[in-house]
Amino acid sequence: MPSTPPADIDVVDYIAQTRDSYAALGYDAYRWADNPDPVPLTPLAKPLAECRVALIASGGVYRTGQVGFTHKDDLSHREVPSDTPTEDLRVTHFAYDQTNARKDPNVVFPLAALRAMVDEGRIGSLASHALTFMGGIYSQRRLSETLIPTLRARVEAMGADVALLVPV
Amino acid sequence: MSTLSLTSAWSITASANPPRAAYVDHPLGHTAGRPEDRAGQQAIIRDALGLFESITASGAIVPVESDWGAPWRAEARALMDHRTPRHDDPQYQTDADRDAAAQRHGEELACAVCAPADVPAD
Repeated sequence: MPSTPPADIDVVDYIAQTRDSYAALGYDAYRWADNPDPVPLTPLAKPLAECRVALIASGGVYRTGQVGFTHKDDLSHREVPSDTPTEDLRVTHFAYDQTNARKDPNVVFPLAALRAMVDEGRIGSLASHALTFMGGIYSQRRLSETLIPTLRARVEAMGADVALLVPV
Repeated sequence: MSTLSLTSAWSITASANPPRAAYVDHPLGHTAGRPEDRAGQQAIIRDALGLFESITASGAIVPVESDWGAPWRAEARALMDHRTPRHDDPQYQTDADRDAAAQRHGEELACAVCAPADVPAD
């Protein structure tokens, strides 16, 4: 299925913006993930209202008391209990404006909204922990070989049926 | 496992080509809503979750109702590099967070450069 933006939305092309910005600054071109072949779609195994949902977010969120992320290809992750109050969440990242994320981490880490969806009955439950990392990792190979298998194993161990991915 | 990505960067997501994506028309750093707007954040997540059921072909990116409420595109298109230096020791939002991590996990883990496998996830 083509994923062309609809004409009525003035989408910002961040690939072009990054390419042109880097060229203007004399940097080498950034190499984005490019996967022209679609992966198979995994259908829901049960109604959404019965699913256990795992949140995985790359915005550099951690809970107070946890070790912060480095800003250089950090391949570690944090596990944030899904009942963590918003006031105990923190944000550290080098590549986006964190002004609002630090005011309200839910803008990049929708844990409060997902708890509300459980209360509404829209989803069945949340996995015991949300998984977070600092997504500014410049090696796709190391990401694929190290961090992603770890996250996948943790999501499966928590018995999640579906995963909501929130990049920044 | 079924997955759904939230995104505010259409071209980057189209290139990575995940099976399902919900597009939120916000400036970067606000993929899940506007700050302290609980009703708006919930509306985005409620709509996005519906795509687990309604998307039937891999690679679809579907806009969800989202309005930032103020002009933002000109700034997003400006040719500049927003990145800050890439420190290789753990970074914290506040000094108190560093102290709390050091108290819980020790100064070495909280403040030094460690192998990913050595850093506690909790």
